[in-house]
Amino acid sequence: MNAWPWIALVALGAWHGLNPGMGWLFAVSLGLQNRSRVAIFQAMCAIAIGHALSVFAIISLAFLLGRYVPATWFGLAAALSLAGLGSWRLLRGRHPRWVGMRVNFRDLTWWSCLMASAHGAGLMLLPVFLIGGGAWCGVSSSSPLKSATEFQGFYNSIPGVCVHSLSQFVVAGIVAWLVYDIVGLTILRKSWFNADLVWSCSLIVAGLLMLLVRI
Amino acid sequence: MANFGLSTNPLRWTVDPTFYPTARLAMEAPAERYAYVAGLAPDQKSRSDALYVVDVDPSSPKYGQILSRTDLPDIGDELHHFGWNACSATLCPYAPHPHVERRYLIVPGIRSSRIHVVDTKPDPTKLQIVKTIEPEELFKRAGYSRPHTVHCGPDGIYLSALGAPDGAGPGGIFILDHYDFNVLGRWEVDRGPQELAYDFSWHLGQDVLVSSEWGTPRMIEGGLQPETLLGAKYGHQLHFWDLRKRKHAKAVDLGSEHQMVLELRPSHDPTKTFGFVGVVVSLKDLSASIWLWRERSGDWEIKKVIEIPAQPADAASLPPLLQGFGAVPPLVTDLNLSLDDRWLYVSCWGTGELHRYDVSTPDQPKLTEVLSIGGIVKRTPHPQRPAEPLNGGPQMVEVSRDGKRVYLTNSLYQSWDEQFYPDGVRTWMVKADAGADGSLRFDPRFLVKTENHRLHQVRLEGGDTSSDSFCFPS
Repeated sequence: MNAWPWIALVALGAWHGLNPGMGWLFAVSLGLQNRSRVAIFQAMCAIAIGHALSVFAIISLAFLLGRYVPATWFGLAAALSLAGLGSWRLLRGRHPRWVGMRVNFRDLTWWSCLMASAHGAGLMLLPVFLIGGGAWCGVSSSSPLKSATEFQGFYNSIPGVCVHSLSQFVVAGIVAWLVYDIVGLTILRKSWFNADLVWSCSLIVAGLLMLLVRI
Repeated sequence: MANFGLSTNPLRWTVDPTFYPTARLAMEAPAERYAYVAGLAPDQKSRSDALYVVDVDPSSPKYGQILSRTDLPDIGDELHHFGWNACSATLCPYAPHPHVERRYLIVPGIRSSRIHVVDTKPDPTKLQIVKTIEPEELFKRAGYSRPHTVHCGPDGIYLSALGAPDGAGPGGIFILDHYDFNVLGRWEVDRGPQELAYDFSWHLGQDVLVSSEWGTPRMIEGGLQPETLLGAKYGHQLHFWDLRKRKHAKAVDLGSEHQMVLELRPSHDPTKTFGFVGVVVSLKDLSASIWLWRERSGDWEIKKVIEIPAQPADAASLPPLLQGFGAVPPLVTDLNLSLDDRWLYVSCWGTGELHRYDVSTPDQPKLTEVLSIGGIVKRTPHPQRPAEPLNGGPQMVEVSRDGKRVYLTNSLYQSWDEQFYPDGVRTWMVKADAGADGSLRFDPRFLVKTENHRLHQVRLEGGDTSSDSFCFPS
């Protein structure tokens, strides 16, 4: 069994976890507002669940489509969607306009799901699932995309999504705790680089990668 | 793409250095070097309004001087309040976008309903108009007119408007997109009983918006209407809103004798839930008052915490509007709360006084200093020119982020200026130094005067206490 898809999923989870717009910042602010570390933990749970739901929805959709769309066209469409969303985000930054500071568990889960979807978090994972899917299904890697259309691949995606989300949860949780307890909020001013720009580039790179691998 | 934001490349790699997560951190900001000041043409006919850049850096050879003036293209805008395109609220975690720049001033004309977007970069002393929102666009997209307060919010730029395009009510709030400054539309989903509008502000930590009441354009544009005032028809309520659902939640009536509920100054720390609002005049005795609103077990309540009485005056020294009363009303027209939520500054435009209160215990303000300048009767001079009586009174008051400097201008509103100062408001801008002990002293080196325009709202380079809001507790 090939390890690299797992490594890629963990790495992407860490990247999603690091992005302040994906949730850890929200967890910190709720912790500060309630003066409680428990609030951070609860918030992170909701955020991780929301993130996982969004990713899972996209992956499910992809596998479903993959069953009906010829592999070549499907791969091409996925690659173009990735590059397209990345370019659009690069040119016209937008963020969802939703919720406020008073949120319960359900609000936060939904917020995280919406945020992850709007940013294309699930889409970013698509290359790993499609290209790496073969390795999981034990299908010959000579025709990687074909395996994406196999129903078995869908079942195999569940642990993949879980691993990704766990990585996101752990990294975001650690960052939230560090900011809350040790480094303080001034780090926002000093170290918050424009993650959205890098994010958009990640989407484009993921799209190009898919095209390249296909070719 | 009609996105000038893109063409001017406003996205930064790092967070804009003028954004601070908490009000406490913002107090450590470097001192401002420039002040941006709205100037309105006295007659609104012979010339257009302008934006001034004033040197407020004490180490500069041009300290206290006007560095530049940017004339607007049209006559009759009537500049009044204005604000920044972005501020610390961009750090709010539910819609973070702190890589936009605090760079543009959103400058509404309260009479024309035209909104100018003015760029303060690359040279902060040479302002450039980069976008104009014509009144028709505002009318069409929001159904409002006479834009007033501007606040950079977590998810857009919020503006209040005094009324409908035809000059009647209701007034309300509309949103500009914070990337391209297009009018996105009316903010309210359900306005409940709210009809009159003026200022608004919020408690971001509670998802609560607060709005106040002046009058519709018809009730104010021709001047203060004595019959409307004596009939208690000007605004006397506060409105609390669900900021998230954009719905009216509660109206609180201060009592109809309390006419004109204007400036709202909520606590800056999002874990605190109180704020102050000023009432211009009481019909009972011409006094002015400051009220404290606060949350008590999930409900918003309000109580009067400061009353400033009218001062007896010889009828001969009063304008015709006030002669029958034999007293000069304080006319509280603006207030400001320091970023640490500890000091409250109150402008008495009628009596020509600036009051400073210690509000460490918000429901028990302690008056620590009264500064006199101008005034309907007193005409107190500035220390720099002790022989020159001044008119107008302290009106717009802005406080530096570190809480050490207070800037004042003296014009209220064109048609009302004439009623209370019939000899014509001769404008000035002054600065006072605020001591940690509660004292307040005029800076004798700082007296800005101009004959061309009347100075109104002041915004400071990098931000000021009334333009930033914070999502993280201090």
